[in-house]
Amino acid sequence: MAGMKGGRMRGRTIQKGAIKKGTFSRLIKYVFKYYKPHLLLVALCLIVSAGGGLISSLFMQKNIDDIMNPGILGGYESVAGKLRTFIIVMGTCYLLALLASYIYNRVMAVVTQGTLYHVRKDMFEKMETLPIKYFDTHAHGEIMSTYTNDTDALRQLVGQSLPTLVSSMLTLVVAVCLMLWYSLLMTAVFVLCSALMFVVVKKVGGASSKYMVAQQRSLAAEEGFVEEMIKGQKVVKVFTHEERAKSDFDKYNETLYRDATSAHVYGNVLGPILGNIGNFTYVFLAICGGLLFASGVKNIGFSSLKTGIVPITFGYIIPFLGMARRSTQAVNEMSQQVSMIAMGLAGASRVFAMMDEEPEKDEGYVTLVNAKRGEHGELTETKERTELWAWKHFHKADGTVTYTELKGDIVLDHVDFGYVPEKQVLTDVSLYAKPGQKIAFVGATGAGKTTITNLINRFYDIADGKIRYDGININKIKKDDLRRSLGIVLQDTNLFTGSVMDNIRYGRPDATDEECIAAAQLANADDFIRRLPQGYNTTLTGNGANLSQGQRQLISIARAAVADTPVMILDEATSSIDTRTEALVQDGMDKLMKGRTVFVIAHRLSTVRNADAIMVLDHGRIIERGTHEQLIAQKGVYYQLYTGAFELE
Amino acid sequence: MVKTLLKSVREYKKPALATPLFMILEAVCECLIPFMMTKMLATNDAGIVPMSQILLYGGIMVVLAMISLFGGVMGGKYAAIASCGYAKNLRKDLFYAVQNFSFKDVDRFSSSSLVTRLTTDVSNVQMAFQMCLRIVVRVPMMFVFAIIMSMSISVKLALIYVIILPFLAVALILVIAKALPFFRRIFKKYDALNASVEENVSGIRVVKSFVREEHEKKKFDKASSEVKNDFTKAEKIIALNSPVMMMAMYAASLLISFFGAKMVIEGGSVSNGIAVYGALAPADVSAVITYGVQMLSSLMTAAMIMVMFTMSVESCRRIAEVLECKPDLVSPENGLKEVKDGSIEFENVNFKYAKDGEKFALSDINLSIKSGETVGILGGTGSSKTSLIQLIPRLYDVTEGCVKVGGADVKEYDLNVLRREVAVVLQKNVLFSGTIKENLRWGNENATDEEMIAACKAAQADEFISSFPDGYDTYIEQGGANVSGGQKQRLCIARALLAKPKILILDDSTSAVDTKTDALIRAAFMKEIPGTTKIIIAQRVASVENADKILVMDGGKIAACGSHEELMKTSRIYREVYESQTRGGNAEDKSDELPGGIE
Repeated sequence: MAGMKGGRMRGRTIQKGAIKKGTFSRLIKYVFKYYKPHLLLVALCLIVSAGGGLISSLFMQKNIDDIMNPGILGGYESVAGKLRTFIIVMGTCYLLALLASYIYNRVMAVVTQGTLYHVRKDMFEKMETLPIKYFDTHAHGEIMSTYTNDTDALRQLVGQSLPTLVSSMLTLVVAVCLMLWYSLLMTAVFVLCSALMFVVVKKVGGASSKYMVAQQRSLAAEEGFVEEMIKGQKVVKVFTHEERAKSDFDKYNETLYRDATSAHVYGNVLGPILGNIGNFTYVFLAICGGLLFASGVKNIGFSSLKTGIVPITFGYIIPFLGMARRSTQAVNEMSQQVSMIAMGLAGASRVFAMMDEEPEKDEGYVTLVNAKRGEHGELTETKERTELWAWKHFHKADGTVTYTELKGDIVLDHVDFGYVPEKQVLTDVSLYAKPGQKIAFVGATGAGKTTITNLINRFYDIADGKIRYDGININKIKKDDLRRSLGIVLQDTNLFTGSVMDNIRYGRPDATDEECIAAAQLANADDFIRRLPQGYNTTLTGNGANLSQGQRQLISIARAAVADTPVMILDEATSSIDTRTEALVQDGMDKLMKGRTVFVIAHRLSTVRNADAIMVLDHGRIIERGTHEQLIAQKGVYYQLYTGAFELE
Repeated sequence: MVKTLLKSVREYKKPALATPLFMILEAVCECLIPFMMTKMLATNDAGIVPMSQILLYGGIMVVLAMISLFGGVMGGKYAAIASCGYAKNLRKDLFYAVQNFSFKDVDRFSSSSLVTRLTTDVSNVQMAFQMCLRIVVRVPMMFVFAIIMSMSISVKLALIYVIILPFLAVALILVIAKALPFFRRIFKKYDALNASVEENVSGIRVVKSFVREEHEKKKFDKASSEVKNDFTKAEKIIALNSPVMMMAMYAASLLISFFGAKMVIEGGSVSNGIAVYGALAPADVSAVITYGVQMLSSLMTAAMIMVMFTMSVESCRRIAEVLECKPDLVSPENGLKEVKDGSIEFENVNFKYAKDGEKFALSDINLSIKSGETVGILGGTGSSKTSLIQLIPRLYDVTEGCVKVGGADVKEYDLNVLRREVAVVLQKNVLFSGTIKENLRWGNENATDEEMIAACKAAQADEFISSFPDGYDTYIEQGGANVSGGQKQRLCIARALLAKPKILILDDSTSAVDTKTDALIRAAFMKEIPGTTKIIIAQRVASVENADKILVMDGGKIAACGSHEELMKTSRIYREVYESQTRGGNAEDKSDELPGGIE
């Protein structure tokens, strides 16, 4: 893992909370791509319910007055017909609104969940094609957060905030239009009052987001402290440092509490403040209306086009006030969505950033095929599964196809490499491994041991030099086929959710149960697997959380064994393995190595000693090479390492 | 669970109780304001609203709005204080609980899951708590108040609500009851989906090595489709909520309009050709309808909250689990406050990590170490060397038998006293972010600069520390990332030395240190701390060769015990290890790690 650590960048590629330009329109396009008819229907429903709501409330107000006074004067019978019409019109309005709401909710469920599904799918499919470099340079927590936090924020945005925004906007627009219809002057007064609301939103909202940032910062600081302390909990206990840890924690906790409280206070008070500014506005407008009426000032509104300029009446003032109230409510609703929308768009920015990553390139054309040997020993391709594999090499120049037997012969020829161009990690590395040979890499952390293995399976591409597999430049081999011919056991085992059998079969999807069990036996895993509650059918979750580290490693050895590749790459560190299974793991590794070309990052005497060649790496160069005996006799660095006279820095 | 969680409210009880009260204040005003609005704009028989009426009710409204503003702002403020304070206390309680955990408890929960509980889970609970304070009291209040208000206007009209609401409640409960199981299932599937992403992120090398990208895509697509389908289904069921509520409320307002109009007309009278309202005026009818809208929105909020609460239940459970965990190893009350000397005794000790574990990690251990002795422990990996020494500072409790330090059972000591006198340099040791001095002070908070330098000299760390530009004030990155393995080990030893313990245990603590420095450290021990009992676990024979006593461990038992000379004669294992290391000879070493600090 040496080189990776150096290359891993801390912090996010896109700052938390940052919104990339154009994200909004891209998101809209993305949703439209899949759900155009749905969205049109949603828009229609929103218009119907916003319009229906306003019209019915106006209608109701007007008609109650129209019916009741004459009703008292002329008796119930005189208005019975009017009342019936009123009920029918209102009922129809309501029914429409109701239908619109139902359709809207159902359709939005489909749109929201469907969009999330597509987002996840697109992200995941992209992720699977990304080069290893992406994973080495992005913190895993950060990638995960794109799937969880950012996608959740997106759900809020698409499913809730955007529709609310649209419907509030519609309401606002319709209400303002009606207000203009009733009175230009009163509308002007209203606009002045709403300007106050915007000022408040800006002030309080600004303070709120300032403290949000502070909260985010102290949250990160506290989480950092908690993580460090809890990971080092055993050292804390050994030094009886608990009380100090507690008091240090209290300091972080107190700061977080202060910042979080400020952030929340501002967030919480915005709603009540806006709501009551709305109430004040209402009273103020009512008084204005009353004064206008009393002074008999002529009223100008778009209605004047119809009626001519006449003094204002309460027939206008009252519905005007109703509309003003709806408007301030709409503004309030929109302001509540501001932070959600900001969060959602920031999330969308990161989601799209991931979708935009460059995928791993593969220009290889040499493929791996099943082969059989003809009468004269020549290789031919065959569909059925044979024990024999061959590289199918298509020569562009003359259009011929040649087959080369898969043997496991690897040559590195003057290889240079750096994870970043400025910093060369490997310099002029040359080595060869004949089929069946074992090559051990020895050296300090950061010397470049893991890096070499990363190059053979083309997780990274070399800067200069050549790597040949059975005589073929690996750049010409299709990556999938190259990797299929290489087995790998890593220090960090990674198991997948599924049964033990599924996990072993991961190495080769078409392996039979018997083959998997045989592989488990080879890896010394059979014993403990059979003792699991459901044996091979036991479900593993959380990277095999219910198994010990050693048991996980045994399964990963079995997984490599079932793949049965001619070349194996092993990182055989056992440092984190519990003592009970360690011996078993080492024995399993030894059995796996038998009869294959093996590159092993060695941590044990026995592996190193019986390797066909030992490469001592230092700062990316091979400084010594040879068998154990040769290197001991040479009395160089290896000898010093071996006798413990040398400390690696 | 709820009880455990509520214990953490403590000093925030006041704001926590004040919040709902302010919220009620706000709710009351919010109910009264629409009523005042209708009153303010009620036209008289001439179709005119008198200015005096506008001013009167407008004035009342302004006062109410001020109260509502006050209630809302104070409620918002106290809700923030109470919920953030509650979160603070929860985090504190969790952190403190973890500090009291034994090694076994830490192993059981795993550190990463503890971190999640302290961070994400607390945030979830905090959100739910705030919702609770702000909305849970307010919503029913609004509801009840709205009914009371409509009753006060007209009992007959309000009866329409009373009749319709039970139907509505039943319908809502049915809808939610139908949707809830879906949601529960979704959360599980959602977790599984995230788990599968996580597996792919951390296991990407495996996926790519075995060329299983397509397989993973298919797997993910299936899991993600399932989430989508279930979620869509659940949301479609929930989609019934709002039409059902609207239907009930619309029906109610139509009925009220109809009967209200009728009642107004029938109650009214005519005087001088002008309509005079009876008990019920048109404004009253619209007020009753406005209250209906308020009830509706309360109900909607209530339905939303129920769904949100189910989301935080899991977090609550996970937090309560930690808070309710009784540490499995506690300091005795009135434990011994003094460790007499550095003598150690193991009497018939058997030990296993898990109660139901099948195999003993240690069995039949009998051992006696005199105060001031130096003891070396050798043995292959898996021979339980570490398990043995962890029993001395009581990091784990023995399963059978007893361990004595300074003549008394370790269980009789006050834990802090025991551990201060028994310093262990753990195999997997960590430095913390902070300066070298700060790290050293872990051993002794009041250590003077001279003491620190002396300890570092003994641990052969002074030289390299002095070579740093900032010397002892050099900042150590998290996990000690900016010092080499050997330097880290020497700092850890110095840290332990500063504690001036009666017993010092080094668990393979010089594996990355070169042999010469290793020898110097041991020589310094002899000179500087002759009275301290020293236990050294090592891979190299040279590290223990001169010890008073050497234990050879094999398979959880003491295979041999004696001085170097004795063991050379009596122990085959010891002899083999010795020969393989001194001559690079051909003795068959079973599994020793390559000496010289290769990772």
